[in-house]
Amino acid sequence: MMNVNPLISEIAQASGENVQACYQCQKCSAGCPVAYAMDILPNQVLRHIQYDHKEKVLGSKTIWICASCYACSVRCPNNIDIAKIMDTLREIAIRSGIKPGEKDVPIFHSVFLDTIRSKGRIHELSLILQFKTKTKDFFKDASLGWKMYRKGKIKLFPSKFGGGREIKEIFNSFEKGKQ
Amino acid sequence: MKEVSYYPGCSLHGTAREYDESIRGVSEILGLHLHELEDWTCCGASSAHCTDEVLAIDLAARNLAIAEKTPRELLIPCVACYSRFKVAEKEVKEHSKKLSFSYQGNVPIRYSLDFFCDEPILEEVKKKRVKPLKGLKVVCYYGCLTVRPPQLTGIKRYEDPTHMDRLMEILGADPIPWSYKADCCGASLVMTRTDIVRRLSGKILSMAKEAEADCLVTGCPMCHSNLDTRQDELGKEVGDHFDIPILYFSELMGLALGHKDTKKWLHHHITDPIKALGGKGLI
Repeated sequence: MMNVNPLISEIAQASGENVQACYQCQKCSAGCPVAYAMDILPNQVLRHIQYDHKEKVLGSKTIWICASCYACSVRCPNNIDIAKIMDTLREIAIRSGIKPGEKDVPIFHSVFLDTIRSKGRIHELSLILQFKTKTKDFFKDASLGWKMYRKGKIKLFPSKFGGGREIKEIFNSFEKGKQ
Repeated sequence: MKEVSYYPGCSLHGTAREYDESIRGVSEILGLHLHELEDWTCCGASSAHCTDEVLAIDLAARNLAIAEKTPRELLIPCVACYSRFKVAEKEVKEHSKKLSFSYQGNVPIRYSLDFFCDEPILEEVKKKRVKPLKGLKVVCYYGCLTVRPPQLTGIKRYEDPTHMDRLMEILGADPIPWSYKADCCGASLVMTRTDIVRRLSGKILSMAKEAEADCLVTGCPMCHSNLDTRQDELGKEVGDHFDIPILYFSELMGLALGHKDTKKWLHHHITDPIKALGGKGLI
């Protein structure tokens, strides 16, 4: 790609998507179910990328609020996979250590991955307890948890699994890649 | 007996156990022998692809490598897992991504709803149906990843899908047209931004109620959990009151095919479906 700013190239390299193709028709934002909760709209994210406003984009709430529903991606007249770009932006944001616009969402993802690393599978109860320990919000959904337990939906102990060595290797190379 | 590989995924070993039990039950009646992948691990789901692409592909591909050892279709009931597997397959096939284990991209990856909508299976369902779901008005809720992105799912009618509606018709139910078939419930934001899930899921239930559905049918454990477990909250959010059973398509298949454990599966729901089905004389 010629004469583009560093953020456009970084995104193109990581995702294969061409942000320059966006001509601001705003169809992505019009159909986005979570647009109301965003601080910058999906079409604005693309515009900020075109202007190389890296911190604005990486520090936004938007990249964490995107629910990855792909409504934008399928409707873009220029075939830009916007949901995929959101993934790439989250990746770059985590790597760059910028303060996230949404506090709890990145914590959730990191706890989720820690659970896979230690248990191979997601044991929902461990995931919830760990997340609550990190966010110090112990009472939210407590009564719902009890209701679910009574309906036999909460498994108390994680299941045993093989493949621990391979999972360890996958996470080791992920850690190496981060450096 | 047809042999099929099976990847249940983490939810089906926990909150979505009735989905797992009903998929297994229905498969048995239809002459499908499910082989759960040995030592399967989490696909990375909602979090790996937000963190690191290589990690996301490795976590999914490890399971595909296990599946590839036996030439069989791989049945996946959780649509989030399915989506991650399809991404990994695409990366390996189209971009020849190198992995630390042997996976060539040769496993037919099948999402449960698509799998059970294959013509030969539908023919079998027609033959074995013992209790048509007569008079049961359903709205089919596909959600996001069952249909999008179509480059991965292969679904042609991704804005207005109809395959679950057809399955429901074959079961004898009455699928109602509505406009929230493929809208998002808020999915994994439930732990972190529950307010968003309340608003999105509340809207979906409002529309299901307006369509006068007796129940909503889904094939996604996350959608099921968001819509089934917190109907009081969702009602408060949108100024309404909800009591709409949320059923897995496989549970309704079990009911129509006369599986003896159907009632057991339904007991795991937070919003009671037995009353509504009983009122129609179906249970």
